[in-house]
Order: sequence, then structure tokens, then C-alpha cells
Amino acid sequence: MEHIRNMERILYVPLDTAALAMGADAVADAFRAEAARRGLDLRIVRNGSRGLHWLEPLVEVATPAGRIAYGPVAPEDVPALLDAAWTDGAAHPLCHGPTEDIPFLKKQERLTFARVGLIDPLSIPDYEAHGGFAGLAKALDMVPEAIVDAVTESGLRGRGGAAFPTGVKWRTVLQTPAAQKYIVCNADEGDSGTFSDRMLMEGDPCALIEGMAIAGLAVGATRGYLYVRSEYPQAERVLAGALRAAREAGWLGDDIQGSGRAFDIELRRGAGAYICGEETSLLESLEGRRGLVRAKPPLPAVRGLFGCPTVINNVISLATVPFILARGAQAYRDFGMGRSRGTLPFQLAGNIRHGGLVEKAFGLTLRELLFDFGGGSASGRPLRAIQVGGPLGAYLPESQWDTPLDYEAFLAISAMLGHGGVVAFDDTADMAALAEYAMEFCAIESCGKCTPCRIGSVRGTEVIRAIREGRDRETRAELLRDLCDTMMAGSLCALGGMTPYPVLSALRHFPEDFGLAAEPALHTA
Amino acid sequence: MDTIRSDADAAPHDADPLVRDILARHAGRPGALLPILHDVQDALGWIPEPAVPQIAAALQRSRAEVHGVISFYGHFRTAPPARTQLEVCRAESCQACGGGALYEHARARVAAEDAGDVSLAPVYCLGLCAQSPAVMIDGRPHARVTPEKLDALLAAAREA
Repeated sequence: MEHIRNMERILYVPLDTAALAMGADAVADAFRAEAARRGLDLRIVRNGSRGLHWLEPLVEVATPAGRIAYGPVAPEDVPALLDAAWTDGAAHPLCHGPTEDIPFLKKQERLTFARVGLIDPLSIPDYEAHGGFAGLAKALDMVPEAIVDAVTESGLRGRGGAAFPTGVKWRTVLQTPAAQKYIVCNADEGDSGTFSDRMLMEGDPCALIEGMAIAGLAVGATRGYLYVRSEYPQAERVLAGALRAAREAGWLGDDIQGSGRAFDIELRRGAGAYICGEETSLLESLEGRRGLVRAKPPLPAVRGLFGCPTVINNVISLATVPFILARGAQAYRDFGMGRSRGTLPFQLAGNIRHGGLVEKAFGLTLRELLFDFGGGSASGRPLRAIQVGGPLGAYLPESQWDTPLDYEAFLAISAMLGHGGVVAFDDTADMAALAEYAMEFCAIESCGKCTPCRIGSVRGTEVIRAIREGRDRETRAELLRDLCDTMMAGSLCALGGMTPYPVLSALRHFPEDFGLAAEPALHTA
Repeated sequence: MDTIRSDADAAPHDADPLVRDILARHAGRPGALLPILHDVQDALGWIPEPAVPQIAAALQRSRAEVHGVISFYGHFRTAPPARTQLEVCRAESCQACGGGALYEHARARVAAEDAGDVSLAPVYCLGLCAQSPAVMIDGRPHARVTPEKLDALLAAAREA
């Protein structure tokens, strides 16, 4: 018996913000204290989150038959769970069986998120044991053109929301001669309803570091900046640790793995401005200025950070590159539909029973995501509207939930996939109030550089408020549509240019919430 | 580009030594203004007015420019913070899960406190959207927050 008691057991307690926000640190402390009290040899690994957020903190026990999941765990569950852990994952009311067999996880296609939740995010050996740095090792033996070709052939498009082909962007930077070039990672994940960047940075930060280094080799940049929003302190902490570890292991620095090639990354913190998620505004911020949007052209790829050619990509785009290099462009391209190749890590949020991260190939429908994965509303009431793509995304009524999740299919219904955030609302939602909020948010976050956004959003808020108060509704609805036209056509960036999406979609699909009759079919916004 | 002049007398000589040390640490770093402001706020809890000309002089930028940057970013404070800082998410996902009522509860609760004890600020997404509504108290995240849970968290923060 004694030898069994003294065998080391490994327990996984996530360090992801989603777990911390539900008390994961207290749970880890309780396990340590209880194990010490019993004289048990317990090792706690702080992993990323598996993305089953309704079960956080999700604790896993390593057993000969694989990892067994328990959740959501509270400190008072710890003594009983420790008994279970020492009997190889025995039954317990919080037990969900082998983690990999939980349907929410089993049905996914995790390419970019393959290691998230599985490994210790701060352990380079763990990262390498799970295929990490295989892409960068290959890239070190390739000419820049070949790296750019691989990314182009994979069909990868910008996951930050704009869906611009990543390979095309990289080629522009590669072909622009300059003494200094930069790689900038946009980790200013300000879109509400999204958290995939955060989860990746907290759960597998080395994948992002590796992707940035590959980008550096591809375009001839030796320096990278990683701009993380200030609302993500845990992501910043994990990234700082991972950067240190990668440097110590020789995967960053003046001579990467003895190749003679140099690349290093500086971590920067944002300061609470949503607009800095817009790429040119982010560059201004990195240069030490107010985050005012720049007019394009010149594109950042030609004249970006400090006037130099710059690759600026989202976290998920960059963290997907190692897979493409390691496994080949075709392996990535094989997933998806139409011109949307590969997978998208969808984020299931809002009023939903089983929220969390779902990485799937493009092409499944919103309905599958909401019901097969999400299990319907959290409140038990019927779902009414779904906002896809963050605060600038359209509100979709049930009639549109069978649209395949694909960039072009969403564009065709005046909506956008954006960064893959999906926020569910039940039938208590007031769509006119949400439309007013969309304009208000734009007014708060507008950088103020262009008039349609700066003034339009304030006027938009006033007009919607008047409609909601029943003052001359029909005329004002017409005024609102006009205003939206102006904002869409005349704004410098997506903030002013796309705030009309949630507003017009709410107005079109839920006119009763504005006290209006259904719109004439002519308006197709 | 804010490259700091290396000579120490770039700053006024009545300069705060803490700010001077921070400026020295960032000397030669391109685009250093945000990192400098973060360091000052991390050390002092806010950015006092006398730091502005000191930073401006070191970066060879105008005071108006530095002030403009501080006021542009919601994260930077120009007054000392309350003992407990509460941020409540106002974004869509939290609205879909009772965030509006939680915000009203927080507002009433904070109004009943002594001045300087608790501050309330809206925040637009903490990345906890599958566990709405979410708040941050003194930089620590909390999810699935009900009015009762918020009261308990604030009471715990007061004791800490």
C-alpha cells in the first residue's frame, strides 16, 4: 500500500483567466495543502484551458488510461477529489470521464489549438515534445520565398477579422527592400465575445512566438513587437515567462539554434483603447502616440512601424503558421470550404449553456455551433438573436442560422465572421437597446480622426434613443439608415465603417423592438 | 520616435527621482512613451502632473503631446486610485447575461461607500464571454458574477 501512496501523481489545474476567474488558484492551493497533510507526492501542472468554460476550473488527473476530467471544482471538493485521483480517476459526481472523450472536445478539429490545455505553457521541453518548434526548425532551412509560398498555398487568411490573405501580406513585405523590417503581433483582442487570442497566449504562448519567428525569417525581419491589451494581465505574465524560456532555449536571440539567424520579440502593453486593435492605430501606439488611425495607403507592409515595412498579424494567424510549416500547406488547406481554408477557433459566448472554444473547419452552420456544441441558451429560454464577429458584427435572426460559417457566405448576408466570436441572446433581449449600445460604444471608442465616425456615432446614439422613446419613429428610422450609409462609405476604418452592421441588422430583423413595422424588402442591409 | 536623450540634464533638476530612474531605464528605446507611462503608473498608482514635463523633456516632445497620450488611453489615471478598483464589463456578452442589472447594483453599492474606498469603471470586454457577466477587482478577474457574489468579493477586497 505504501508504494502506491508514495507514487507521484500529476494533476492539471489551469492558469487560464477563465479558470482563475472561477477560483482556480484557491483550488490549486487546496490540493497542495491537502496533499501535504496526507503526505502524498502530488505535482500540480498549471496548464491552459481546454475551452470547456462552463466546467472551469476543470481539473484533470493523469492516469495510465489518460487524463480524467473533473469540474467545476471548488476548494471544498478537494479532499474527495484527491481520493479519486489516488484511485486512478474513480467515480465522483464532478467526474466527466476521459477529457478527450467529452463530446464538446471530441467533435472539434484542433489544429491551432492542438496543444492548448494539454501542455505546460511555460515548459519548452513540453512544447517540443508535442511538436513545438518543428515549423521553425524547418523554416531555418528554407529560403524566404519558400516560407511565403507555403503560407500562401495554405490559404490562411487574417484571423483578426479582415480575412486578408496572410501570404500576400508577407510577400509584399518580403519584396519591399529596407534595412529594417518588423513583425508586429496584434494581441489587442478588444472585440467583445472573443477570447481565442487570450486562450492561446495563456495556453500555448510558444506557438505564437514560433509563428512570429517564422514570419521574421520569411520577410527578413529581425525584430518583433507583441502588443497585448492591458485588460489581459495574465496573458502578459504568461507571455513574459514564455519569451524568457524561449530565449534561454535558444529559439529567440542573435543566433537561433546556431543558424546564424536573428529574431527577438519585445512585449508591449496596450492601455485600454479599443481602437488600437485597428492595425494602423496599433502602430501609432507602439510609436508612443495617441492611437489615431492612419489613412491607407501606404500599407503597413510598405511603410509600417517607424516607417519600415511591417507584417502586422493577429495572434491566431501567427500561431497557425507553425502547423503549416511543420505539416505542410496542403494539410491545412484540406480543411474548410470555398475560399475559407483551414479552421477557425470559434468562441461561443453570451447566453449559452456550454460556452467556450470550438475550433472547427469552416463550413459548419451557426445552428450546429449553438445547439450541437452550445446546448442552447443558458437561461432555458428560446434563443432570439446571435451576434457574430464582435461589436461590429451583425445580429442574426433564426432564419439566418443555417448559413455556413464561411467568410464569403457571411458577406453575402451583410454579416461577417470577424474573429469568430459568437454571442447568443435569448428572447428577453431588447434589440433596439443593443443597437443604441453599438452606436454608444463607437462614440466612446472612436479615435476622433474622421468625422463620420466621431460625429456619426453620437448622432446615431441620439437618433436611436429618440426612436426608442417613440418620437417620430418612421422619419428617424430613415435618418438612421442615411446616417449608417454615410458612416459605412465615409469612415477611415472598420470602427465607423462597420458599427452600422449591428445597428442596421437589428433594425431590419427586429423592427418591433424599435416600435416599427417590418422594413420594406428594398432595404437589404 | 521617442528616443531618450542620454544626458541626464535633459530633465528639469527638481525632477522626481523615481520618474528619472524609469526614464533612464528606457533610454534609447524607440517608441517608449507607453512603457514609461505604464511604469510610472505601476509604481505610483497614477501619473502625477509634475511627471508630464519631466517625461516630455526626456523624450523631446511637448507637454501637450504627452498629456494627449495620457488622456487618450482609458487605462492611465491622473488622480490617485481608490483603495479598491472595481471594473464591470458592459459589453454585449455580459449584457446577454444580466450585466446591466449587475452594473446598476455596483453603481448603487459604490455610491454608498465612503469616497476613495471603491471606484467603479466600465470595461469593454475582459475575454470571459463564455462566463458572463465578468468583473475585475484590483486587477483580478471574476466570472459568473451575481449581485450577491459581487458584494462578497468587495467585502473580501476590503479585508485584504
